This record gives sequence, C-alpha cells and structure tokens, in this order.
Amino acid sequence: MKALRAARMERCIGCHSCSLACARQVHKVLSWNKAGIRISSSGGLTTGFEARICLACRPAPCAAACPTGSLSQRRDGGVIQKKDLCIRCGQCAEACPVDAIFLDHQVNPYVCIHCGQCVAYCPHDCLEMVELPRASAKEEGNDD
Amino acid sequence: MIRDFFRVMVVNLTTGRTNIENIPGRDEFLGGSGLAARLFEIYGFIDRDWDDPEQPLIFTIGPLTGYFPLMSKTCCAFRSPYHNQYTESYAGGKSALSLRFADLDALVVIGRAERLTALCVGSRRVETRDVEYLRGFDALQTGRVLRKIFPGSGRRSIMRIGPAGENLSAYACINVDTFRHFGRMGGGTAMGVKNLKAICILGDRGFPLPEGKAYPKLYKHIYEQLTTTEMMAKYHGLGTAVNINPLNALQSLPWKNLQQTSSPDAVKISGETFADDTLLRNAACAGCPVGCIHVGFVREQFQTNNQYLYRQVGYDYEPIFSCGGMLEVTDASEVLRILDVIEKEGLDCMSAGVALAWATEALEKGVITEKETLEPLKWGDSETYMRAAEHLGRPDNDFYRLLAQGTMKCAREYGGEDFACVLGQEMAGYATGEVFFVAEGLGFRHSHLDAGGYAYDQKHDEKDVDKALGFLLKDGRERIVLNCMVGCMFSRGVYKEDLLAEALASIGYGELNGSLDDIGKRVQRMRWRLRLQMGYRPDEAKIPKRYTEITTWKGPVDVDYMEALRRAYAARILEMGAAPEEES
Repeated sequence: MKALRAARMERCIGCHSCSLACARQVHKVLSWNKAGIRISSSGGLTTGFEARICLACRPAPCAAACPTGSLSQRRDGGVIQKKDLCIRCGQCAEACPVDAIFLDHQVNPYVCIHCGQCVAYCPHDCLEMVELPRASAKEEGNDD
Repeated sequence: MIRDFFRVMVVNLTTGRTNIENIPGRDEFLGGSGLAARLFEIYGFIDRDWDDPEQPLIFTIGPLTGYFPLMSKTCCAFRSPYHNQYTESYAGGKSALSLRFADLDALVVIGRAERLTALCVGSRRVETRDVEYLRGFDALQTGRVLRKIFPGSGRRSIMRIGPAGENLSAYACINVDTFRHFGRMGGGTAMGVKNLKAICILGDRGFPLPEGKAYPKLYKHIYEQLTTTEMMAKYHGLGTAVNINPLNALQSLPWKNLQQTSSPDAVKISGETFADDTLLRNAACAGCPVGCIHVGFVREQFQTNNQYLYRQVGYDYEPIFSCGGMLEVTDASEVLRILDVIEKEGLDCMSAGVALAWATEALEKGVITEKETLEPLKWGDSETYMRAAEHLGRPDNDFYRLLAQGTMKCAREYGGEDFACVLGQEMAGYATGEVFFVAEGLGFRHSHLDAGGYAYDQKHDEKDVDKALGFLLKDGRERIVLNCMVGCMFSRGVYKEDLLAEALASIGYGELNGSLDDIGKRVQRMRWRLRLQMGYRPDEAKIPKRYTEITTWKGPVDVDYMEALRRAYAARILEMGAAPEEES
C-alpha cells in the first residue's frame, strides 16, 4: 500500500498544478483548495513552498474522530473516504495533527487518499508514492 | 464558474460600500481585455483626469482562467497617470486564480480612501483596513505585513505598492506576490492616488466541473504540450534572459542609453551568466507549470567581521536590459542589487532604468548637473544607480519628481529630448528596427507585447509598409483574443484559435466560438476608441532622434520607411478608434 510523499519540495515552483489535478480528477471540481494536496509558501514566496497533505497515520486520528465511518482506517496508513456517509460535522479536520483536511464552505472534507494522480502533474517531480510498511495482522485496519 | 454574464465586485473607497453587479455581455466582450474596456465604458469618465477619485481601477479575468495551464494572468485597466489616457497592464502571480476562486470575473475599485487603506476581498468577504502605519513601507515589507493581517496563506494574492505609488510616479508599479508586477503605465499610482496600499484577494471557493471526460482529457493534452515541447523550454530554462546573447549578436540590444546596439560585455549579463552565477530557483504563477520566474541570489557583506546578508531578486530579460545594458552595468550581481532597490521602491524597472540612462547621458553632456541628479551618475556605477533609484521613488527634488513623471516630460523641461529613449513610454529592450519602434511608439499600451514588431524585424529586411502594417494589425488582434481569456503571452504558440475553441467548448462556452474573431475586432476598436476619446493623437506621436541614428543587423535605420509606416499605422488607428458603436 502506498502513500503520497512531498519528497522534494525544495524544487517546488508553486504552480498549484498538483492541487488542481486532484480537484479535477478525484473530486471533479475546479479548485486549489478542494484537494488532498494544498500548496502554500513557508512564509512568503522567498522562503519556498510546503505541501499540506495527509501523512498516512496509523492509527488515523481523523478516522477515530469520525462518528459515521465516513473516514475509516486504511490498513497500512491513511484513510478510506466514503463521502455519502459524511454528515459534515468537521471533527476530522479538528483531529488532524497536521492540518491535512480541508473543509469547504459547506464543511465537506477533502483529504488525500493516496491515489497518486497528482504526481504526473508536477513539472519538477516533487511528489512521489512510497510503499508503507505493512500493518501486522494484530493491528486493526481494513484491506484496501 | 461558467456564466454568460460577468459577476463584478465594485468597491467604493469613498463611501465604504460594495456592490455586486451582474453585467451582461459574455458573448460580446468575452472577459479580460474586452471586459475591462466594457467596465471602463460603464464606470470611467472620459471628461475627467486620471486622478479624479471616481475613475475606476479595474482587474479582470476571462472564461478560461484557472481551467487550463497558462490561463494564469489578470488584466488591470485604468486611466494612466503617464499619459492621462486609457491603458492596460498584465500580471500573473496568484492574482488570476485568486479572482477565479473568489468567484469574481472582475474587481472594480472606485473612490478614494481618506487614509492609507488595504482592501481584502474573497468569495464571502470584503473589508478594508486602515494601514496608515504602512505609509512609506517598501513593496516587499508591505507584503510581509499584509500576510499577517489577512488570512488565506496559499490561496490568496497580495497586490501592493511601494513609496513610488504613494508618491504618484507615472511609472509606479503594482507588485503582485513578490515576483510579478502590473509593471507599466503607472498602475501603482492608480492605487496610490486612491490611498490604496494593497489589495488581498482570497481564492477561497471551488466550482463543479462539467460532466464527462472532455475537459480533463483536454487539460492533460494541453499540459503535455506546454511542458514537453521545445517552444516553452526556453522560458523554463534560462527564462526570457536567454534573449540577451541573440539580440546582441543581431546588433539589436539597446546599450548605454541606445548609444550602441551591441557590446562585447553583453555576455557578462547574458541569461547564461545569470543562470550560472546567480540563479537560485524558479517559481511560477499559479496555474502555470512552466515556471518562468527566475530568482537570482546575491550575497552582500554589509558589515566588517564577516557579516553577510542575502537577497533573492527576480530577473527577466527586460530588467536586465534596462538596469544592466542601458546603464552599462556589466556585473550580474550588481544588476540584481539595482533591481532589488527598484523593486522595493515600487517602480517599473524598465522605465526606471531607461530614465536613469537618459539622466546619465544628460549629465555627461552637460544638459543637467549634479544639482539635479544629486549623484555623480556614471555608466556602470551600480552603487550610484541604487541611490538614484531611491531618489526617483521618493522623489527627492524637483528634477526627480519630474523624471518620475516620464523621461520625455523631464527632457522637454531640461533638454535632451533627442536621446530620451521613449516610444510612448520608456522603451522596451529591442533595437530590432523600424517596425518595432513604430509598433511600440504607437501601440495601444506602448508595450512590445501589443504586437510582435520585434519578431517581425528579425525575420524581414524588405521594406514593405503594407505587409508590416498588416502584420501589426493581425498579430495585435490575435493577441487581444488571448488577452480576453486571459492567457499568458508565452503560450500564444500553443493556444491557437482551434485550441482556444476546443478549450471553450470543453467547459461549456462552445457557443462563443463562432465569434472569437469578431470579439477580437470589437475589443480592438473599443480600446482605441477609449484612448482617442481621451486625447490620443497617434498621428502626432514622435519617434525620438536617437532611433534614427542606430544601426542593426539590417544596417542603419531607414528613416523614410519608419516614417511611412508610422503614418500608415496612425491612420489605421484613427480609423479603428473612430468606428461607430455597433447597434446592441
């Protein structure tokens, strides 16, 4: 099972093509916010860029906080999202320690599902998919 | 957001009120340049000067903004302090996508604030803040403060002015997100005269996309074209600075106030040298994977005992030509240091460099003295130019006050008009020949980007007035269509008419396609009409004597050809601008 990593952000030019790709291909929207990856400067454009993405926690605090199972633990890390179970309580975003979940105006959560569709749209190869260590049989988690 | 009308936010700084206006005409004006002209017709005043508080400052985007790569720029339109006529300026940064995601087709600012003010707009927000405490702050410091007082890091644009805009220089710029600018014709003063120090645009919304695969498939195709083809590689690689060496080889590089059109020292400030010695990284406008912003790195010892500071300074071809070649500053780091000062003052670097080049020659010839220049301006003396740039931004005496209103205005007062390198405004970096000089001298916004005259010169040495004129008009009109979308000019090789039509259709604007050419013609006429109504006389436009004295790869400038082309172009402009309004 893989996770998206923003491995080479020192190369990032801040074009937002990754965010636009996620929004377009995964969520079918035009947006640089409603995406699993969001880019901002580290404090002004001279300081370079950082990517806010899900870090594939195991256990995932957002899944623990989700009252309906809309977000559920993915076996090796991160979450599986079932949007039709979401009641838009916003607890997932609050629970995330790295601010990786974006809530839009209607409190719909957007989180990286580690599908990797953004990777091809980075002109500088800043992003990559890495293999996560496999969760042991004892640990709880769903198959992917 | 696909709409057949324009959603326009109109902010009145005098009354403090904001209106949302739904203005019809998507099929007539498209967006961008066309929408800006339409908005000026509605909100602007022909019979009042540029500094009347009611004159509008207009920012527009187009139907393709944010939807496709390099649809990443914003059109800014206003009555210019430079010539008191209608003008436009273009910039990217994050401004275009921020307007798109703020769900606005345009932002119009009218009125004047009582105290220095910052405006913040978003999809669910409009507020003004008193920022009188920022008076005098440079353009970069201003950005740092604005980042803290408004929300939205990562999804906003901060457009701001420096002292030059507060002090109403005719070529004060608007800095957009540190590395890009609404550079020319005094947009910074259009803000400054309204007491508007900064505008923050929050791009805090998103929109559903049309169903189906057509759009994502086309996006992928265009993305690949723009990131893998040779034609875009130069912008990504060396950037526009790549032009220094070839133009020098063509004897078309303005050098030392256009006393020369080439120099053996040009290689020291070539794109290759800048990359090898100073390039720190690239950056991009939001929505552009090409990333042509080139950030140069300067290390300076500011104090004994090994105390260093570093600067990150954006560079491009035009800044290098104007603050390097025109001033005969031949060290890349020194060029960057001069650019950094100009950036902070909030001046247009092209006009500032050309103005100081004129002042240097005027001082050299005894037309002016150090009483005027305050500094012993000398070719290549970067430290002196840095101090002079500050004098220009503040401005520190009557001479600099006038010089900050335009080099020709200053030369008319003090002398030296013959060598004031002004083609409507301070020249752009091309001494390619007659067609460029006429194109910039008479062009709509006196920009090398109005029409590719500088490219035509490099490919044609036949002196055919009709052919050259035909080219300027057709090329100009095609660029206007792209300016309505609003696409970055660098993408014009990819976004031909067919592709633009396909793009529009894929997101639901298919019915506009029949009329793109008509819209181009309409907008071309509208813009000329506005300028002519405000007093532009293209038939009276002069090309200074310096341009008749130079030699390019084609040989000496052919003054008769240039004059014939100038007259022909002026006549066509008068025709285009006089066309009667179409019946609605």
